[in-house]
Amino acid sequence: MRLTCPLCGERDRREFYYYGAEDYLRRPAEGAPLAEWDNYLHLRDNPAGVTKDLWYHEAGCAQWLVVTRNTVTHEISGVELVAERKA
Amino acid sequence: MRIDGKGLIDRTKPVRFRFDGKDYAGYKGDTLASALLANDVRLVGRSFKYHRPRGVLTAGSEEPNALVEVVGPTNQTPNVRATMQEVFEGLVAQSQNRLGSLRFDLLAVNDYLAPFLSAGFYYKTFMWPRVFWEGLYEPLIRRAAGLGSLSGRHDEGTYEKAFAFCDVLVIGSGPSGLMAALTAGRAGADVILCEESHAFGGRLLSDGGVIGGVPAGEWLAQILAELEALPNVRLMLRTTVTGAYDHGTYGALERVGLHKPARPNLPRECFWRIVAKHAVLAAGALERPVAFPDNDRPGIMLASAVRTYLNRYGVSPGKRVTLFANTDQARAVARELMAAGVTVAAIIDPRPDASAVEDCPVHLGAEVVGSWGRLGLAGIQVRKGGDVLQIETDCLAMSGGWNPTLHLTCHMNGRPRWSEELAAFVPMEGAVPGLVAVGAANGSMSTYGALTTGHAAAQKIVAALGRKVQIEVPQAEDAPYAVRALWAVEGKGRAWLDFANDVTTKDVKLAAQEGFRSVEHMKRYTTQGMAPDQGKNSNVAALAVLADATGRGIAETGTTTFRPPYTPVSIAAMGAGGRAEGFAPQRFLTSDQASRDRHAPMIEAGLWYRPSYFPKPGETTWREACDREVAMVREAVGVADVSTLGKIDIQGKDAGRFLDFVYTNTFSTLPVGRVRYGLMLREDGHVLDDGTSARLGEDHYLMTTTTAAAGLVMRHLDFVHQAFCADWQVRFISVTESWAQFAVAGPKARALVQSFLEEPVDLPFMGVAPVRVGGVEGRLFRISFSGEEGYELAVPTRYGEALFRDLVARAETMGGGPYGMEALNVLRIEKGFITHAEIHGRVTAHDIGMEKMVSAKKDCIGKAAATRPGLWGPEREQLVGLKAGAPISAGAHLFVPGTEIHRETDQGYVTSVCWSPTLGAWLGLGFLKDGRARHGEKVRLVDHLRGLDVICEVCSPVFHDPEGEKLRA
Amino acid sequence: MRYSGLRVITEGLFGNRGWTPAWREPSPKAEYDVVIIGGGGHGLSTAYYLAKNHGITNVAVLEKGYLGGGNVGRNTTIVRANYFLPGNSEFYSHSLKLWEGLEAELNYNVMHSQRGLINLFHSDGQRDAFVRRGNAMINQGDDAILLDREGVREHLPYLDFGNTRFPIYGGLLHPRGGSARHDAVAWGYARGADRRGVDLIQNCEVTGIDIENGVVKGVQTTRGAIRAKKVGIVVAGRSSQVAAMAGMRLPIESHILQAFVTEGLKPVINHVVSFGMGHFYISQSDKGGLVFGGDLDFYASYAARGNLPMVEHVMEAGMTLMPMIGRAKVLRSWGGIMDMTPDGSPIIDKTHVEGLFIDCGWNYGGFKAVPASGWCMAHLMATGEPHEVARKFRLDRFATGHLLDEEGTGSQHNLH
Repeated sequence: MRLTCPLCGERDRREFYYYGAEDYLRRPAEGAPLAEWDNYLHLRDNPAGVTKDLWYHEAGCAQWLVVTRNTVTHEISGVELVAERKA
Repeated sequence: MRIDGKGLIDRTKPVRFRFDGKDYAGYKGDTLASALLANDVRLVGRSFKYHRPRGVLTAGSEEPNALVEVVGPTNQTPNVRATMQEVFEGLVAQSQNRLGSLRFDLLAVNDYLAPFLSAGFYYKTFMWPRVFWEGLYEPLIRRAAGLGSLSGRHDEGTYEKAFAFCDVLVIGSGPSGLMAALTAGRAGADVILCEESHAFGGRLLSDGGVIGGVPAGEWLAQILAELEALPNVRLMLRTTVTGAYDHGTYGALERVGLHKPARPNLPRECFWRIVAKHAVLAAGALERPVAFPDNDRPGIMLASAVRTYLNRYGVSPGKRVTLFANTDQARAVARELMAAGVTVAAIIDPRPDASAVEDCPVHLGAEVVGSWGRLGLAGIQVRKGGDVLQIETDCLAMSGGWNPTLHLTCHMNGRPRWSEELAAFVPMEGAVPGLVAVGAANGSMSTYGALTTGHAAAQKIVAALGRKVQIEVPQAEDAPYAVRALWAVEGKGRAWLDFANDVTTKDVKLAAQEGFRSVEHMKRYTTQGMAPDQGKNSNVAALAVLADATGRGIAETGTTTFRPPYTPVSIAAMGAGGRAEGFAPQRFLTSDQASRDRHAPMIEAGLWYRPSYFPKPGETTWREACDREVAMVREAVGVADVSTLGKIDIQGKDAGRFLDFVYTNTFSTLPVGRVRYGLMLREDGHVLDDGTSARLGEDHYLMTTTTAAAGLVMRHLDFVHQAFCADWQVRFISVTESWAQFAVAGPKARALVQSFLEEPVDLPFMGVAPVRVGGVEGRLFRISFSGEEGYELAVPTRYGEALFRDLVARAETMGGGPYGMEALNVLRIEKGFITHAEIHGRVTAHDIGMEKMVSAKKDCIGKAAATRPGLWGPEREQLVGLKAGAPISAGAHLFVPGTEIHRETDQGYVTSVCWSPTLGAWLGLGFLKDGRARHGEKVRLVDHLRGLDVICEVCSPVFHDPEGEKLRA
Repeated sequence: MRYSGLRVITEGLFGNRGWTPAWREPSPKAEYDVVIIGGGGHGLSTAYYLAKNHGITNVAVLEKGYLGGGNVGRNTTIVRANYFLPGNSEFYSHSLKLWEGLEAELNYNVMHSQRGLINLFHSDGQRDAFVRRGNAMINQGDDAILLDREGVREHLPYLDFGNTRFPIYGGLLHPRGGSARHDAVAWGYARGADRRGVDLIQNCEVTGIDIENGVVKGVQTTRGAIRAKKVGIVVAGRSSQVAAMAGMRLPIESHILQAFVTEGLKPVINHVVSFGMGHFYISQSDKGGLVFGGDLDFYASYAARGNLPMVEHVMEAGMTLMPMIGRAKVLRSWGGIMDMTPDGSPIIDKTHVEGLFIDCGWNYGGFKAVPASGWCMAHLMATGEPHEVARKFRLDRFATGHLLDEEGTGSQHNLH
């Protein structure tokens, strides 16, 4: 499995750490009801198909990445930096 | 028998080898199978279940029968395919899966019990009485099952792993693969050509023929010479591509040293990870056996195998050969045998309309319906019209047509497509992105078809790579492939489908009869396809028999899938590098050698090695050393290397704000030159880590983490920053390995530290200051993990060892010395400091009594989720201290004295214990339901595993100097 | 038809012509009292215990492929009861007791074999964590024995006790732990359910769940609509997709777990051995193959196949722990789709839809749970109340914080 880091180029999967769905980027505002936190931390669409998830180039540039990826075929159709993502 | 003048073996290089205790001779270039056949050894193994005598069936890695143990000087390798093992001087092999000798295998009795050992019989019996399953039946089954044996000794062989990258990976070096490699190679692409066998050429080595007007061998030599000369082409012999993985990654196994006598440092195998932009599957096709009664006797072989042994190895597997085949192509072997002077007794062709013109008897519309011969084939029964002919023969070459070698195309869940025309499955295009099948692997069965499809695929790839090449495809044989499906022949007796697992047509029919009609059910119920050949010889025929039994077509019946690896791969090869200390990186402290010099046992702490204790002469147990070191710290001064703690340098205008966000407590208000203890939560409200952070400057902090969580915290900080506050002006980097840091603790700590400083520094408790130590810029922290007045002195890593040796030497003059992990642990338990034994991932700030550290004035990671009702309140287990007069243990559970001991009455558990030389008591830290409200109570500590049952007193976790007077002294 | 050794012999004498199908192949009826979606181990055992324990036999099990085609047919077949958190302890303890009578219960030899499970530890801290676990097991009424290094050597003399990266300090022996024949469990429950009147309907994919006014009314399938008073979703691996048909978003992320089997070998490993530092576990099947596995591939996936980094890691773990297996050859690898929950523990609960129940989130511990999961799911569906050993497997426990996090790794699905 290979991922193309926007900063470092194509690298082996071994260099990356996987976190989870991009849901983790949508942190509820301070004071949000607990149901929102449950949604944020636990509940997932978990699609069998295209999804966006979070990877960390741990053995590389230490950037967190949003990867657009198909969970059935593992095809990767896009990678962007979390820090520079379009909202 | 060996045939003069034939074969590609090197007759000038005879090789002696041994099989089952007997010495034989072969030639360089022989496989064990060809050399045994040359010596007229037909019986080479016993079958899995019925222990039937078995001989060589194939000439390739798909061999189901001829599996042997290769015995080396120090170890043995089971289940080696005799068809792949090259002979070398001194090779020793032996047959396997037998009780007694190969000729007189006592377990052959199973064959007579066959009616009772049909598919799935074991699911229906051995159930009564219950204890007999584990006591009697199962051990017997286990002993009888299995194939070869491992020695039980460590595999001390050398194995390697490697990465390779290329534009085009060509898998297989037959005509299609060669053409693809040549085309891509001439175009200048980076090419890797992998060949499983020990010579390039694929079928050209077995079939001969003419290519471009010259003999195939000559053409092959020309092409190979050109490929070898191309710097952008890498030829990899004895390399099987075993798996196709995501994004152009392929696994491949190279047999580096298995064909040579063992010698030190000669790798046995190398497992390659090949990353290819494009791949061409040119793996050819595998011939199919025919299931007729008693089709498994030694001497019954695939027609293509007979041809390979004849043309490549100069061996005729029989003196009087018969051929049973349903294609015109298979006739070639009979003609070539006759040309070599071998008698061909008959050709049996089930096609009534096939040609009868050969130089031997031809029976059209006929089928082989049986065979005889106890340990090897002696004759066959042939049904022709209403008659049954008896034909004496010692070798039957059979062919039921061909299956494209499409396995790799299934490795990403692609299912192959059924072709009625070829009576075979063919690859589904695009099943593995970037991989294209050519030649026989894609159903183009002629040599010319192989050349053109190999060329065409490579041309497309070359174009995609933005390159160009002109190349002419040579003329070659281009006969149409006429096959009539022939899977199984009806007749009395058992007809084998899966030779390796002893699955017959009856088993498949029984599975269907019992409702196991799905192809997956049939496979699992009969075990067809699960043997070492992975169904290569049997899947399609078994499917056909199942389709017939269930009244469906083959396409409708479906197929099982092929999973990696293509051929079995040794654990040692894929696990190369993992042996002994290779399994994980080792991290060493700068003080490592100094500690070892003092005979400190070094123990694993995550990836680090840390000293356990520093024994003194006369001390016989770790406890003696530990007690002494604890007293030394409490009474004088101790030195410990704490460099393993994670250190993160954080800078920027928003550094304080950032720390406020990741810690529960506030750091933006921390004065420069001060240190604060911080608690960090996971976003789910549980404790992630703790540690101190120092403010070195207005916009400059240094965070420390625990040893265990250093990487975790770094990742966490990066995430929080990049995901939630990327626009804040803060940057950080791990400096764990940039600094060596030593704890100096005890009443004489100040004196010891000051003696190192070029200028004296008067630090308050929880202060930090830059210092100069022996001309080096360092940092001094006044922090303590022991409860004594404590300092941590940090210097750049390269000065660590020198400083440690100096600190220890000078400490010793003051009645102090170094202390290890054991003493460090006692000191921190006495003081009630927690480690990851306590913050084990399930505890909250509330559980450890630090809820007040969660600032109400600001948001922080984990604050909201920690308010969930289940994470709060008296039913939670809370951190307590435990004191006892008798030994206690970590891992013990806590109960109310007088209650029964079981899960429902469980009140908590113990996380850390020690004998406290300071307090003269056994101390523990643990978690107890509503524990903070229960100080002063007695609890019963029960450790069933260690046989402990002790009454303890519940108390505050801070046993030593609860007011902290010593720290602030 | 009752199976026995005598029957095997008599049928054998008459050409094995008398064996009848293990189960019927009925067409779906228009209506059932209970429809179970999913014909894997858990679905089949749920149907079996609905019939056996509660007398509810008008039941259909709807399976989109073939019976037992999910994780029950692709796992490392380990059966154990070595959990330590209340909520898990009693459930797996109950399951192990059911395993111990399963052959007689089902009249099917599932080859449950209590070969003993040894969890190795490599530091004092790990030892203490295992002691806590072992004591919890004994408090629950199960068995556990603490072995020191020499104790481990007596059981597993072939391990590398030399200078390895993580030297063996000792192990926790769970004598009643072991393994079973995975397919046989599915087939045994299927045959047992069928014999009690349950309709097992293969190649029948559920495409929708009919809900009216908050009450379940039935399901839509590729073989037509089927009405049902109660519907159970028991489709681990596809839970999120099926639950979405009822408008639910689950606390689940799907992950790949690979497993491996070698070519057949003569007996060489008797126990189930687990090596936590490498996340490696191994046993030898009755056929002789070494069956072993490791950790998740760690990225969300429905591909049912994995990649080389984890393959190699597992092999490296095997080589550091027991280098005598080096020359065994891996015959086949496969991947199963795991329902990973944010605390690593499962869910057996009602849903917001009346009459709709869900059993999911087995992470990679589902195989050993098959008997008790079916037992408890059947109890819940029949009585409307959770079974006492599955009370804590609530769907809302993540929202409320009543977690069952044995690993202590928190709300990241793939870390359990």
